[in-house]
Amino acid sequence: MYRTTVRKIASNYNTLRVPKRTLSNDASAGISSTNSAKFNSALLACSTFQEDEKLGMRNMIGQYDIAIVGGGMVGIAFACALSSMPLTKQLKVAIIDSNPALGRRDCIEKTDLPDPRVSTVTPATISFFKDVGAWDYVQQNRHAFFDKMQVWDYTGLGYTRYNARDVGKEILGCVVENKVLHASLLSCLQKSDFHKTIYPSRLTSMALQSHSKEVESKLPGAKLCDHGSFVKLDLSNGDSLFAKLVVGADGAKSYVRELAGLKTTGWNYSQNAIICTVEHNVENQCAWQRFLPTGPIALLPIGDRFSNIVWTMSPKESSERKTMNEDDFVKAVNHALDYGYGPHPQSSSVSNYGDRLSWLIADMTSSSKECFEVPPKVVKIASERMVFPLSLLHSNDYASNRVVLIGDAAHTVHPLAGQGVNLGFGDATVLSKVISDGISIGSDIGEISLLRKFEAERKPANIMMMALLDGFQKAYTVDFGPLNVLRAAAFHAAQFITPLKKNIISYATGEQKWPLFS
Amino acid sequence: MASKSLKLCRALCNNTQHGRNIFLALSASRASQRIQRRLFSNDPQPDLVDPPSTSPSEKPQSHDTRRNEGGAGRRPFSSSLNDVELAKFSAIAETWWDPVGPFKPLHAMNPTRVSFIRSALCRHFRKDPSSAKPFEGLRIVDVGCGGGILSEPLARMGATVVGIDAVEKNTKIARLHAELDPVTSSIEYCCTTAEKLVEEQRKFDAVIALEVIEHVADPAEFCKSLAALTDTNGATVISTINRSMRSYATAIVAAEYLLHWLPRGTHQWSSFLTPEELVLILQRASISVQEIAGFVYNPLTGRWALSDDLSVNFIAFGTKNMNSQ
Ligand SMILES: Cc1cc2nc3c(=O)[nH]c(=O)nc-3n(C[C@H](O)[C@H](O)[C@H](O)COP(=O)(O)OP(=O)(O)OC[C@H]3O[C@@H](n4cnc5c(N)ncnc54)[C@H](O)[C@@H]3O)c2cc1C
Ligand SMILES: C[S@@+](CC[C@H](N)C(=O)[O-])C[C@H]1O[C@@H](n2cnc3c(N)ncnc32)[C@H](O)[C@@H]1O
Repeated sequence: MYRTTVRKIASNYNTLRVPKRTLSNDASAGISSTNSAKFNSALLACSTFQEDEKLGMRNMIGQYDIAIVGGGMVGIAFACALSSMPLTKQLKVAIIDSNPALGRRDCIEKTDLPDPRVSTVTPATISFFKDVGAWDYVQQNRHAFFDKMQVWDYTGLGYTRYNARDVGKEILGCVVENKVLHASLLSCLQKSDFHKTIYPSRLTSMALQSHSKEVESKLPGAKLCDHGSFVKLDLSNGDSLFAKLVVGADGAKSYVRELAGLKTTGWNYSQNAIICTVEHNVENQCAWQRFLPTGPIALLPIGDRFSNIVWTMSPKESSERKTMNEDDFVKAVNHALDYGYGPHPQSSSVSNYGDRLSWLIADMTSSSKECFEVPPKVVKIASERMVFPLSLLHSNDYASNRVVLIGDAAHTVHPLAGQGVNLGFGDATVLSKVISDGISIGSDIGEISLLRKFEAERKPANIMMMALLDGFQKAYTVDFGPLNVLRAAAFHAAQFITPLKKNIISYATGEQKWPLFS
Repeated sequence: MASKSLKLCRALCNNTQHGRNIFLALSASRASQRIQRRLFSNDPQPDLVDPPSTSPSEKPQSHDTRRNEGGAGRRPFSSSLNDVELAKFSAIAETWWDPVGPFKPLHAMNPTRVSFIRSALCRHFRKDPSSAKPFEGLRIVDVGCGGGILSEPLARMGATVVGIDAVEKNTKIARLHAELDPVTSSIEYCCTTAEKLVEEQRKFDAVIALEVIEHVADPAEFCKSLAALTDTNGATVISTINRSMRSYATAIVAAEYLLHWLPRGTHQWSSFLTPEELVLILQRASISVQEIAGFVYNPLTGRWALSDDLSVNFIAFGTKNMNSQ
């Protein structure tokens, strides 16, 4: 559809042929005024490019196979993945990000207090890190494995304990600070002989270079205009570069996504999360999550005697809790993780539900006999308290011609399950494999049909996780009496029905794609 | 003769994992008599091929007339050209690179057939399959290259590629498209025929003709030209559509009439070759088929996969016999 319009313009206004067009897909037909302004500025950028070409300056502008916009955890992980496979390691790659961390060799002191931004990495992510050679670095820094997880709610009706043994695993996950993950990926990239160039700048515009004008004149009617083979990227420091494929790893507010005209679906939860690091008197070795009337509070081990807290609440409460004095905050946390809002789950109610659900119960797992425990007390806050709004955002398409999105640029989930970055690492792994497969059969790596394979593989997995998180969110922010009973029943079902529990665990650990259909 | 061809196929069975299919197909079609008649003419003159009337299921009259119009006398070195077939391609030449146009099936099939070619040629030429450019150092000709859907991947994989097609518009489009990417701009496109290249005594490490043989006037002669272009120890790869009820249903009724993937009349079912016929005419051209695989389409994923099922589309890889030329 779009193509026909372009063609019409081209034939009606011979003198005004559109030599290049901004990246956009059919869905962006309803171009907003800001978009059309961008369209024009991109066209201007293109005409200057033609001047450059006339002056024979084209060789002075870098030409790359892939430009990665955004050198956050996911962008760097993708570069590492490319550098670790035989067919992709010869690619010429540019990484664009103004974050100064990319330039220096960051040395993380083990004695520094843990940063409040952490991720729960799944076994799938760990094996990815091992594959690219970044796991050794993580192990030299602070990290915390956990093999148990306890989830319960304030009504006292139910609790579930997950144990790695249930799925024949050593661990359920590992909590690592984001800065450790980022630095370990960077150091592994710096060590490799991979052909990468870092542009310490920001993307300001990009345009697909199309040859429709030349082609039109040589062979009227030929449909090659979708196949310009390079995208031109302009940066805030005045640099420009060309790439066959642009990978948008530029986070939740992705500018690549906007420039490519990829539409999103999403909403805010009018809820905020407070995150911070806390200290105990003993080492914490379990991941804890309790559902409160206002939302969940999670306590994740982060190594030594530290834990990380992610506590969801209303915006009003969050601003109060952010500013209250430290002692009061510690009290509030301990309250929320113990008797606050309601009693501990009773063992009698467990067996009660167990009986009622007996027709559903398969073989019992060892952890179903494990008792409810109270998490270790928090004695001190060990970092600033950060507050951010919970939102969910999903790009309707991950790919358009020569552009593909990974990580938060494609999907942003709230940090409830610490899953955000695992989904991004999953994207990085799959995209690098799809590109490797494409190279093995001589495909053009920016070709939309290739990028769609990545999309087809990742979209269902990401949507599933987002739906799961959204469902959790909905189920635990509304306080309906009957719903509480249902919720407790769900806990007990998860506690006792081994296959279901196995599914939940293997999904949460990133090993299964289709928890509901397999 | 029939028993001889059976023996040949049995011998092939030992060579290839897919041999079972060739054998089964042969015994099932009970067509060896017809094969003899249709293809086993040693005579290079197309107008001396047995008239189709000898076999009721054979080519309709019109096809034969066309061939005579093409006139072997008028074009002594272009015996493979079939003017009506070429006109069909000329009419839709602009759409070669339209991913949803008439050539959509070729685009969709491309990854699958290229991976077959990759593994066959890597094994045969002892190339490193983990290399990004495993075909470096190989001279490959893509006969009937069309818009270059196959030539471009071959070039990206490092081969020195010559793409030829009998329709000038095709090679023009192919050249324009290849120029978009510096890696593919080295492909040499030429509007010519395999026979002309033979005349020029060109030789290639690999000669590839995908989805072409069903459109040529004389498949046996065409295979001889392909063989003549293949260097000693070289490889020949051919893909085509089987002449089976399934191929009639899928390639013609479905693709041309129901799905409108292909313009009506793109294919002449009666000129399709069965796998055993292809093996035999290649054998006569001193190419031994080493491997045959089928393509199956998965309508759910819209992708093609290699399989043992040769009943619709199939691809054959052969090597040139040492003792010939
Ligand atoms: C405050 C906060 C706390 C979080 N806590 C958790 C948590 O506890 N657990 C968890 O799993 N997830 C958490 N998340 C989410 C997690 O951080 C993300 O899932 C993860 O960082 C995504 O990585 P990314 O590489 O896709 O994007 P980002 O980490 O956002 O990286 C994007 C990069 O792109 C660069 N960039 C942006 N625009 C441009 C441009 N125009 N040109 C060039 N470069 C550009 C930026 O400089 C940045 O380096 C949190 C997020 C936030 C904001
Ligand atoms: C179905 S297309 C296949 C194109 C290409 N090989 C591919 O698979 O992508 C068949 C092509 O063969 C060409 N052709 C037909 N007869 C030919 C002949 N005798 N010599 C050379 N090319 C021929 C046609 O012009 C057409 O481009």
